Amino acid sequence: MKPALAYAAADGTFAATWLLLAFPAVGAAILLLGGRRANRWGPVLACLAAGAAFVLGLVLFAAMLGRAGDDRAISQHLFSWIPVNGFQVDAGLLLDPLSMCFVLLVTGVGTLIHIYALGYMAHDPNRRRFFGYLNLFVVAMLLLVLGNNFLALYVGWEGVGLASYLLIGFWSARPSAATAAKKAFIVNRVGDVGLSIAIMLMFATLGTTSYAGVLGGIGALGANSGTVTAIALLLLLGACGKSAQFPLQSWLLDAMEGPTPVSALIHAATMVTAGVYLIARSAPIFNLTSDGRLLVTIVGAVTLAIGAIIGCAYDDIKKVLASSTMSQIGYMFLAVGLGPAAYAIGILHLLTHGFFKATMFLGAGSVMHGMNDTVDMRRYGGLRTVMPITFWTFAMGYLAIIGFPGWAGFFSKDKIIEAAFDKGGTSGWVLGTVALIGAGVTAFYMTRLMIMTFFGERRWDPDAHPHESPAVMTGPMIVLALGSVISGFALTFGGGLQQFLEPVVGRSAEEGIHTISPTVLTLITLLVVAGGAAAAYRQYGTQAVPRTAPQAVSPVTVAARRNLYGDAVNESLLMRPGQYLTRALVFVDGRGVDGVVNGLAAGIGGSSGRLRHAQTGFVRSYALSMFGGAALVLAVLLLGRLG
Amino acid sequence: MSTVTTATATATATVLAASPQTSVSEAVVFWIVAPVAIAAALAMVFSRHAVHAALLLVVDFFCLAVLYAAQDAPFLAAVQVIVYTGAIMILFLFVLMLVGVDSSDSLVETLRGQRVAAAALALGFVVLLIGAIGSATLQMPSQGLAAANAEGNVIGIARLLFTRYVFAFEATSALLITAALGAMVLAHKEQVVPRVSQREMSRRRFAGAHPTPYPSPGVFARHDAVDTPALLPDGTAAEPRPPVLEGSSNQAGRAGDPAGPGATGSGS
Amino acid sequence: MTPAYYLFLSAILFTIGVLGFLLRRNAIVVFMCVELMLNSVNLSLVTFARMNGTLDGQIMAFFVMVVAAAEVVVGLAIIVSIFRTRRSASVDDANLLKY
Repeated sequence: MKPALAYAAADGTFAATWLLLAFPAVGAAILLLGGRRANRWGPVLACLAAGAAFVLGLVLFAAMLGRAGDDRAISQHLFSWIPVNGFQVDAGLLLDPLSMCFVLLVTGVGTLIHIYALGYMAHDPNRRRFFGYLNLFVVAMLLLVLGNNFLALYVGWEGVGLASYLLIGFWSARPSAATAAKKAFIVNRVGDVGLSIAIMLMFATLGTTSYAGVLGGIGALGANSGTVTAIALLLLLGACGKSAQFPLQSWLLDAMEGPTPVSALIHAATMVTAGVYLIARSAPIFNLTSDGRLLVTIVGAVTLAIGAIIGCAYDDIKKVLASSTMSQIGYMFLAVGLGPAAYAIGILHLLTHGFFKATMFLGAGSVMHGMNDTVDMRRYGGLRTVMPITFWTFAMGYLAIIGFPGWAGFFSKDKIIEAAFDKGGTSGWVLGTVALIGAGVTAFYMTRLMIMTFFGERRWDPDAHPHESPAVMTGPMIVLALGSVISGFALTFGGGLQQFLEPVVGRSAEEGIHTISPTVLTLITLLVVAGGAAAAYRQYGTQAVPRTAPQAVSPVTVAARRNLYGDAVNESLLMRPGQYLTRALVFVDGRGVDGVVNGLAAGIGGSSGRLRHAQTGFVRSYALSMFGGAALVLAVLLLGRLG
Repeated sequence: MSTVTTATATATATVLAASPQTSVSEAVVFWIVAPVAIAAALAMVFSRHAVHAALLLVVDFFCLAVLYAAQDAPFLAAVQVIVYTGAIMILFLFVLMLVGVDSSDSLVETLRGQRVAAAALALGFVVLLIGAIGSATLQMPSQGLAAANAEGNVIGIARLLFTRYVFAFEATSALLITAALGAMVLAHKEQVVPRVSQREMSRRRFAGAHPTPYPSPGVFARHDAVDTPALLPDGTAAEPRPPVLEGSSNQAGRAGDPAGPGATGSGS
Repeated sequence: MTPAYYLFLSAILFTIGVLGFLLRRNAIVVFMCVELMLNSVNLSLVTFARMNGTLDGQIMAFFVMVVAAAEVVVGLAIIVSIFRTRRSASVDDANLLKY
């Protein structure tokens, strides 16, 4: 049951593990430092770098499969990083089944999106910089998942944050993009502080930051001890920031200001799932704290509900997908929060989500590409016929996300709902119900999106001339759509992923102990999903969709359109008090601290200014003073003599 | 006078050696001279005229010389008369004449509270001083100088001065030379414009409005001080005058002089 | 009468000198007051010599006279030089060195 903590040395094929990082790192360095010379061939080089990493990942995957289950965690020592007396940190890589999943996801989806971006960004003058940032992101993300200690993870964590910041604000001439990038960066800082404090706490209590030391030694602190819970909650805070989970979810919607490939790669498929990775990687810590796990599930459930509700209200296609991403990551959090029973399910959903959400984002990018970068779905409609490939690939993603039987989501999301109910007790029922209703709402908003975009009458702008995207864009979409269809089945075939991950996250709970029979629950879920889809069809398929959003709507819709007042809450709870605090501090500093100092100086200056008027320049005044002094001395002498 | 006193003191020294009391004759001298000295000092302080002050100071110095002589210090009495009343006071008067003697000081006090404070402090000071001296020396026996002056006062002083105090004595010579040099340096006036030649001076005189020499200071005037200009027969001031002391009584009639002294012939 | 009476006289003359120093503004008169103070001290020294039966006090008075002579020479030269530049011998006028 315990994860294997004795890592095998990196020999043979695995000696090349570090090249996974080296390929995109060299690509990023050449592109970002190469200057204009690299303008012409740079983007292709970036694709090759990502592709090379993917191929290497496949080779390593094959080599890993050739090993025994408990022997699959390979640690590669690179160099001694921080060799301070009591603080020994080695830079090293850990390639185990969990990180292997991420390596393949990041490099695979990453390569496809690189290729897609060749078409999408073909006319952008700053393409080279864009691809440089993309490669930088790949390096940072691989470092995040491959590092063999929490400090290396932290470096990668900050690296993807930097890449995310740079890419959200890639079109920095737009004020909205610059603001969104700043917002993402600042909200992420909140989470990063939690993560860094968690790492400090690990070092303070365990004296090490390596996975082997921390995860192996955490048991000594005792289950449900305060320290363990504190570490778990701080890690959760970090994960919430990076994965846009409640209460740090506000940045993700604005992050859609970035180019669509960025949204697909970073803000849907990979980076935002880093929080899930962090919790799965820290499974031994979370296994020891039931409170921490409960909080993870609550965060997941709340976020999945928030994301689903918001998704119903937006007309911006990318924001709908973004809130859908929040919601799906909520599912993943819910799963990994359930403990050893569902880590693998969470990772499974992460992988399938990576496929179908990337498919849909690329589809959305393709639609925007054809519609003059319009994002308002009320300006779409009837695109099915003019963009057939986009429509079909998008449809695959759609079926996958709503959990149509046979498609990827059916295997992952339904399992999460099932696992939530299986948790048992009141919390299990509540979490399961939320997840179930969330599935229905997901079906509603995704159906709404499909209908408004691809069906119905054409509500295009007069100057819109929609056309199918070039092959360089449709190719990756087709591949990803294929993944959306088969990945769920392929990964669960014969318990594949479950067994593959078992050495890292532990075995799932025994089969057969179910709150609700899986068959019944699957039927119920399908019914709910069908209901949601039907409601959306009734609302948008049978009636004409107005070109402007109707204003006379229910308060719930108004709230959802306003992001459930998330920004308003942030503003009134954090920003305004912060402003008042800084103003008050400035006031205290200016009037209080400076006031005391300046007042003292002014007081001394003033009194000395008055005192110096005693220096009249009249010799006789001085003489009088001296005479008075002489008389005083005489008086004292006399008193001393008489007394 | 001093030799008489010395003889008397020598004669009575053996009798009075152990007693604090002085001889009757000395007491008579003291009670005559001391009031004079105090009166002269007070008069000096409160006299409006600087020359009067100088003369009253001379009186004071003479009184002190008498008291020195009464106390078996005939040499000092002589030196007091020669150096102070002779040399130093002449120097004072000379400078007084140089800077203008026709000026009685204004008795209006300009510093607020100075006069009251000075008077109060002086009174307190003198009371304290007398109290201190009285408590320390009133009952002290006087040794007398009969033994020290056995060879004569001048010989006794000379013996000490050229034996025990010879280095201090030599140092005073350096001091005096330095003082003389210092006075020369301070009083020296730098020649910043070319010296006016005889030829140039006569040219100016004949080119100006007054070819004949000016009258000497004090001619037709009520004062003969150097700062009092001579008057021309019509009663106007003959020429630009040297400046005057602050607050002098006849300042008002002197305002508005355009030119300074010197160039027009007052130096001749 | 005892020799201490000379000391009382000396104290009174000294104080009168101080009073003149404090009240008079003519620099030359002020200087005279300084001379009066010096002489009153000389009287004390002579009296001390007599009371102690040695001539050292008289020697001291002699030196004071020498120093006073030197001081008068330099002091009067200073007064003349100030007078020459400022056209005034009032000690209250030389008050530039102030706040």
